[in-house]
Amino acid sequence: MVDATPHAEQGVPPAEVPELELYHPKSWWTTYVFSQDAKVIAIQYSGTAIAIGLVALVLSWLMRLQLGFPGTFDFITPEAYYQFMTMHGMIMVIYLLTALFLGGFGNYLIPLMVGARDMVFPYVNMLSYWIYLLAVLVLVVSFFAPGGPTGAGWTLYPPQAILSGTPGGQSAGIILMLVSLILFIIGFTMGGLNYVVTVIQGRTRGMTLMRMPLTVWGIFTATVMALLAFPALFVACVMMLFDRLLGTSFFMPALVEMGQQLSYGGGSPILFQHLFWFFGHPEVYIVALPAFGIVSDLISTHARKNIFGYRMMVWAIVIIGALSFIVWAHHMYVSGMHPWFGFFFATTTLIIAVPTAIKVYNWVLTLWRGDIHLTVPMLFALAFIVTFVNGGLTGLFLGNVVVDVPLSDTMFVVAHFHMVMGVAPILVVFGALYHWYPKITGRMLNEGMGQFHFWVTFIGAYAIFFPMHYVGLVGVPRRYPELGDAAFVTDSVHTLNAFITVAALIVGFAQMVFLFNLLWSLRYGREAGGNPWRATSLEWQTPTTPPPHGNWGDERPVVYRWAYDYSVPGAQQDFIAQNDPGPQRAGVRPA
Amino acid sequence: MAETTLNGVPDEQTRPEGLSGVVADWSSDQRAFKSASWGKAMMWIFLLSDTFIFGCFLLAYMTARMSTTVEWPNASEVFALHIGGADVPLILIAIMTFVLISSSGTMAIAVNYAYRRNRNMTVILLVLTALLGATFVGMQAFEWTKLISEGVRPWGNPWGAAQFGSSFFMITGFHGTHVTFGVIFLLIVARKVWRGDYDHGRRGFFTSRPGDYEHVEIMGLYWHFVDLVWVFIFAFFYLW
Repeated sequence: MVDATPHAEQGVPPAEVPELELYHPKSWWTTYVFSQDAKVIAIQYSGTAIAIGLVALVLSWLMRLQLGFPGTFDFITPEAYYQFMTMHGMIMVIYLLTALFLGGFGNYLIPLMVGARDMVFPYVNMLSYWIYLLAVLVLVVSFFAPGGPTGAGWTLYPPQAILSGTPGGQSAGIILMLVSLILFIIGFTMGGLNYVVTVIQGRTRGMTLMRMPLTVWGIFTATVMALLAFPALFVACVMMLFDRLLGTSFFMPALVEMGQQLSYGGGSPILFQHLFWFFGHPEVYIVALPAFGIVSDLISTHARKNIFGYRMMVWAIVIIGALSFIVWAHHMYVSGMHPWFGFFFATTTLIIAVPTAIKVYNWVLTLWRGDIHLTVPMLFALAFIVTFVNGGLTGLFLGNVVVDVPLSDTMFVVAHFHMVMGVAPILVVFGALYHWYPKITGRMLNEGMGQFHFWVTFIGAYAIFFPMHYVGLVGVPRRYPELGDAAFVTDSVHTLNAFITVAALIVGFAQMVFLFNLLWSLRYGREAGGNPWRATSLEWQTPTTPPPHGNWGDERPVVYRWAYDYSVPGAQQDFIAQNDPGPQRAGVRPA
Repeated sequence: MAETTLNGVPDEQTRPEGLSGVVADWSSDQRAFKSASWGKAMMWIFLLSDTFIFGCFLLAYMTARMSTTVEWPNASEVFALHIGGADVPLILIAIMTFVLISSSGTMAIAVNYAYRRNRNMTVILLVLTALLGATFVGMQAFEWTKLISEGVRPWGNPWGAAQFGSSFFMITGFHGTHVTFGVIFLLIVARKVWRGDYDHGRRGFFTSRPGDYEHVEIMGLYWHFVDLVWVFIFAFFYLW
């Protein structure tokens, strides 16, 4: 039933807060470089994150070359291998994914999607980026420091992280790494406070929390988690810095190194692991929740169907966020914990599967009988579901103590976390870039190059990580630059390693095509118009594309409905924008 | 007095009371905290994050203290002052704590005077708060000097577990840094009140946003937080 009468102001309360005047840039520098516009900051964040991510990509090639063809490349010494591995992990998890999802997509999408003109404190937001850039530069400097970057593994476990046997341990590498992380956390906090307050306090008229697109819910929850989880990493970094520089023994037990008794004594390496993973596990979901949110919106838009179980999707995000703070020690089953701890943390870990499964079912049910358009963003979204389920299933293996103990520190773990928090979120990043690029630039990304990029990346990712499970099950340990002649390492392992390396190089090449597409389409892409995907959420309803500083022209939009009114029976179009006042539907409660 | 909202827009008085009010606020549009401005909400969330930092520091200290194999130095002996021929345990810390808690009092009064637009009293009380804070930092410097002269170092001390000195310098140092930043910002806010910036809505140097007397209250939130954290440090480090 459709009520044809539009109710222009029905149920929408008046504005509670008068509009604040935005900062007006006066020069080229304040418009494009030291900009306080969240959209410019988003592009700066994304560009920096992708640039440093490319370094991590190259590092992964070098590692794979060593693993696939051991002994062929003289310059990849075991020390260099450890450095590549450490920097690859750290950059991908923190400087690429966290920065890109929260600093990049968060900055671009939150103000637009909740109908705000900008973040609440644009100046602090700008500082956030510049401190992030400083953190990245410090990280880059460590590559050129004497002794090179740290090779302690991305978890930086003490005591080895600051001993002379580890690359960078007794030179500048580890110091620069820790300083860079501390800077990153300070910078992120500035941005994160902005994202949270903008969502809680800066929404437009009619935009209730339960009308927000799931993208905003995902980024919002992840940011809250980051604000509570990064402090643990901050504290761990400060303490390890003191251990390294001042000779304190927070994490350092009594040690004999090369026949020499070191001056350390009485510290607890396990304490570092607890602090690290109290950050590290929520970090997995800090990366995953924005991906969950974005993929929900991609699927709904490109299947022309409302998201199935919106409220459950929101609560699942919030519950996953909360649970992720009480599962951290499942990374420490082999660290020497009390077995009862293992029992507790295995239980909480497996409970997370419930809200996660709710999300997966809801995505699939959204697709069910949808009008599925196999556009490039949709392909990436579908690939995400498959990949995430795959990685999640091996997570069930590793969450159980008895199964985890033999699998710990094997390539199985590497395959698992690359599937679930490497490939899966990166697929969403690609999908999201194909989806929102038209809004950011006004032009579509090239479809042909996009299809090529998708298929090579998706199939290639499976070619890389699927065999890796097998390699791990055979018992091949992770973090070994060479396998040698151990009897359990069969010939097939060596063959697979070579195969994985070739696949990794091909996938890497496909990313170059993507980067070329990003630049090529900027100039030659098809004109997109304001709303090429015919989507409902507010960012597609801006008066001009790309949106200018201030986003909305004279009037901020007023929101009358949720973000998922696709294929509404009786409606004139197959979508009704969030700021479209009519027609109201009888008997349907769009939140 | 009535709570203020951003730039003095009065809050609607028709909201339901109690739990249903909370539900109504969170299911409404625009703002979830109806009486909090952007700045105040941001300060609260920052303090929540900062709580986790201090929480991690204190938990790490407790873990170190409980797991160390060497005996932990006796706090009442280490932190005693030799006054008039007798060792008075914890006397310096008692005075420091008194000074810091008093500064919370003067801060609270300053907030009140700020909302009454009594600029002179606000400035006097803000400066007094800053002075008390600076006194605290000064006494902390004295305490550090005394301990260092007695041989306490981050990597060891004459009485027992090396982690004693490491934790002490790290935690009190981190807290002292918070107090120092607080003092600097108290003086900045005091200067703004003194010049009448908040009456004219003068724009901030960096942010180009007009200021508001609420800044005094937001400053106060931070200051009270720093005091509250000290209470925990006092309890866990000096009394345990």
